[in-house]
Amino acid sequence: MSKYYLNYLDELESEAIFILREVWAQFQNPVILFSGGKDSILVTHLAKKAFYPAKIPFPLMHVDTGHNFPETIQFRDDVVKELGVNLIVGSVQESIDEGRVTEEKGKSATRNALQIGTLLDAIESNKIDCAIGGGRRDEEKARAKERFFSHRDDFGQWDPKNQRPELWNLFNGQHFEGEHFRAFPISNWTEMDVWNYIKRENIAIPSLYYAHDREVVWRSDSWIPNSEFLVLEEHEEIVTKKIRFRTLGDITITGGIESDADTLEKIADEVAGMRQTERGNRTDDKRSESAMEDRKRQGYF
Amino acid sequence: MLDNNQLLRFTTAGSVDDGKSTLIGRLLYDSKSIFEDQLDAIEATSKKKGHTGVDLALFTDGLRDEREQGITIDVAYRYFTTPKRKFIIADTPGHIQYTRNMVTGASTANVATILIDARHGVIEQTKRHAFIASLLQIPHIIVCINKMDLVDFSEERFNEIVTEFEEIASKMLVTDVRFIPMSALLGDNVVNRSKNMDWYQGAPMLHTLETMHISSDINKVDARFPVQTVLRPQSESHRDYRGYAGRIASGVLRVGDEVTVMPSGFTSVIKSIDTLGKTLEEAHAPMSVSITLEDNIDISRGDMIVRSNNKPEAAQDIEVMLCWLNNVPAKPRAKYTIKHTSNDQKAMIKEVVYKVDIQTLGRNSENKELVMNDISKVKIRTTKPLMIDPYRENRTTGSIILVDNATNETVAAGMIV
Repeated sequence: MSKYYLNYLDELESEAIFILREVWAQFQNPVILFSGGKDSILVTHLAKKAFYPAKIPFPLMHVDTGHNFPETIQFRDDVVKELGVNLIVGSVQESIDEGRVTEEKGKSATRNALQIGTLLDAIESNKIDCAIGGGRRDEEKARAKERFFSHRDDFGQWDPKNQRPELWNLFNGQHFEGEHFRAFPISNWTEMDVWNYIKRENIAIPSLYYAHDREVVWRSDSWIPNSEFLVLEEHEEIVTKKIRFRTLGDITITGGIESDADTLEKIADEVAGMRQTERGNRTDDKRSESAMEDRKRQGYF
Repeated sequence: MLDNNQLLRFTTAGSVDDGKSTLIGRLLYDSKSIFEDQLDAIEATSKKKGHTGVDLALFTDGLRDEREQGITIDVAYRYFTTPKRKFIIADTPGHIQYTRNMVTGASTANVATILIDARHGVIEQTKRHAFIASLLQIPHIIVCINKMDLVDFSEERFNEIVTEFEEIASKMLVTDVRFIPMSALLGDNVVNRSKNMDWYQGAPMLHTLETMHISSDINKVDARFPVQTVLRPQSESHRDYRGYAGRIASGVLRVGDEVTVMPSGFTSVIKSIDTLGKTLEEAHAPMSVSITLEDNIDISRGDMIVRSNNKPEAAQDIEVMLCWLNNVPAKPRAKYTIKHTSNDQKAMIKEVVYKVDIQTLGRNSENKELVMNDISKVKIRTTKPLMIDPYRENRTTGSIILVDNATNETVAAGMIV
């Protein structure tokens, strides 16, 4: 009977589909948090599988910082059209204009942390009771502690020291009104698993992940793309390099790496040989040793 | 190259002193699963703390409080891949007050690793860890006899500890136990074979994990399909499609199988087994699929589709080995929500038969208050039948959790006897 086992990618896929179906069964009004990055694309692809031949029964929600790669927004709109799902956009710019959040000041100011306020506003105003994210436990040490079903109180906060135990395949999404959950179907996937799976399933991803020529500037040990938001420091200069991005976030903080990997095969090979973690190019995580934990406690993705 | 590689989940339990963090750090480090920026961060922290060399234990630090106090509070998950397998480590604290975390980490594991300090041999904590592994029916146990460098790599000492462990294990339900003498600090027999212990003929830990047979860990005999949700696309291409979505808990289902839907008892035949882009002739645990039946019968979440010639028991009175997880003690005769597969019902703890004294592993029938970390045998009554199998035969249809409706917290986890 030894043929009846799954390889690791099939097992991860089956686990994620199970989680997505549990979310659908246990919550009234779930959404998929969609950033246009590979992890949220993967979650969306798995949701397609989970509910086939029905269409994905939840909307996608995008927290738009206003500091986007144009390619990401185009990609997002294409996905929404193809799947026939609704799109909810939470706009950081609107939150700023309405005075609910304040733009950071100083040289390394970003809109990264501002997303928290916009995200929580969007969750509240749309009465979302579960936001499905592409967070993975291998990304970062605070994320290593995340549950599949992760409780948020009525202020949207995470209490990592007082989490519900999760055993076997039994997930408890019970909550009081005003509270919500985050669900992480790909918790157990590593960066390498994600790429191997994207390659296997031939999933479309934004062109930014493939090596391409781009105007960049060398800052904080990585190539930061030129954009209308970039303010050059005195010693900095804009150069054109063949680069690609390992993760996608705000255009102001997402650093690229020099690369020739222009196919999924080459990307997977390149990732396999990497000696730096993928978030190593994200200046948002470099602020302090507990930068991610602090943001997550407040309600970050 | 990785296409047929399996996923192995293992759990580690232990405290700072017995070298658990060092062992995990060593496993990751020697298998080249640590990135340069992680290593740089650890080197910097080691230096700041005044350690000489790199303190491998720092790899497993997580939350700010854990770093400050130097302890593991919660289950942390870690990942590494070798050319042979993908591994998930559920890293749990080992002290008695963290029994609930150990139970959590053990619930999905194929393998439990139990650490023993070679200087101290089998101690109370070892017994407790072995007991939890047997209670949770983890199919394989690796006993890591660590710090062999501190007992001059003595074969005699190793054999003494093996005998001690076998003595306690003989009273428990454990089947596959292996012993490995090692020094996690020096790297002996973790990834690389020890040069200091020629007398040990077995494989190092990583090789053992890579080659262990785990395909038989899943029950392949009893077909059980708890229905999670019903898929009704009502689209042009699938106007009358009615698919029952779920993850096969155990066994194999084939198109044409005669099945019974529980608890209603209606019977039908499997018409198709579907996934995106593929229809299947057969599917097995733990695959997530959508099943259609020949007959139009009323089926919803919480029902279970099984083969008609092999059914689980439908029971309202169940005996359970229960681990209490919450800091609010159990309320006698209070109602809880019981979650079993996709089926939620109300339930009451009718009787505490006995409590396990977690120090001596004896039974205590006097004190029956269930407080956090207690393990006890209880009788539970549910409002409607659950379709159950004994936990030792089926980890999915044999497990339950209790949810307190006043707080919505998960307060207990149980294994059906």
